[in-house]
Amino acid sequence: MGLLPFVFPFAELEVGQHLYWQIGNIRLHGQVFMTSWIVIGALLALVVIGTRKMERDPRGVQNLLEFLWDYIRDLARTQIGEKVYRDWMPFIGTLFLFIFVSNWGGALVPWRLIRLPSGELGAPTADINTTVALALLVSLSYFYAGLSNKGLRYFEYYVHPTPIMLPFKIVEDFTKPLSLSFRLFGNILADELVVAVLVFLVPLVLPVPVMFLGLFTSAIQALIFATLAAYYIGEAVEEHH
Amino acid sequence: MTSLLLFGATEGGLFDFDATLPLMAVQVVLLTFILNALFFKPVGRVVEEREGFVTTSRAEAKQKLAQVEKLEADLRDQLATARQAAQKLINEAEQDSDKLYREALALANAEANTSREEARREIDSQRDAALNQLKSDADKLGDLIVERLLAAK
Repeated sequence: MGLLPFVFPFAELEVGQHLYWQIGNIRLHGQVFMTSWIVIGALLALVVIGTRKMERDPRGVQNLLEFLWDYIRDLARTQIGEKVYRDWMPFIGTLFLFIFVSNWGGALVPWRLIRLPSGELGAPTADINTTVALALLVSLSYFYAGLSNKGLRYFEYYVHPTPIMLPFKIVEDFTKPLSLSFRLFGNILADELVVAVLVFLVPLVLPVPVMFLGLFTSAIQALIFATLAAYYIGEAVEEHH
Repeated sequence: MTSLLLFGATEGGLFDFDATLPLMAVQVVLLTFILNALFFKPVGRVVEEREGFVTTSRAEAKQKLAQVEKLEADLRDQLATARQAAQKLINEAEQDSDKLYREALALANAEANTSREEARREIDSQRDAALNQLKSDADKLGDLIVERLLAAK
């Protein structure tokens, strides 16, 4: 079961184990969906509570939501530019919120107390499927943004400023989703593993600083992913002269 | 065993891609639309309404301030002219009263002079009359004395 020979009640290491759901002949990672639904549920609950009775003088949760909205708008506006940031703000914001809540949920909620037949619950972003899905969405988005804004002139970007850049720009289209997905996946998984190993070795006190570091990493990774996604979209819609 | 687990040669593994990927993508796209409808649009509307409200209020306040400043300047002008008019009135009144005083003084002086003249004239006439009387009395007395002296002889 574990990678290490001894098994504490809450300190078990399970890497690469999944709870499989078989639907027809497709297979899903059940634990990822379970936690992602909890994350989505939490987000929707927050949003519904905060927007239920909105006033010009904000009170309670509306303040938090407006702060988030403002934060996301600033992020989108600085990266994408004044002209089209409105179209992409929901996408960037959803990426940020989904990744942020997933990461913090994975770091803060003691999922391991819930036993599964196989695999264990954790941040959805610690599964490569999730991060690749998000990264591919970002790739599709910036292609769509570029093509819908500039039409075929979007491809001028590939030979800008000189045609020598062409192969590099083409390679970039592959490295962008690769780096996006692996950065997020690697950071979150590594954090979970470090905490798990430390808890396994020294169950008291010592893991706490690492857990704080994990919270920090989680927030930073969400910000990095959203910022880069916005930057790629901004790069695609930018006008060259 | 470790490497098998990590790289998913058999069942599972860290890099185990399956239908989780597209379904997760669909889920995130759906979440984007839901959050857009429930969060980004309404909150954006409220925030932008407030920003508009703040901008218009600030413009209004600026306008009102300008108005107030104009009114204040007007008022100050009015006050200055009023003060000038009052000063002029005071000066005029002072001059008037001065003139009146001088006139009254002159009149009183003249009256005093005339009554003094009159008095002097009366005194003169009475003195003259008294002198005449005295002279005639003296003459009469002289005559009488002369007569008596002559009679005694």
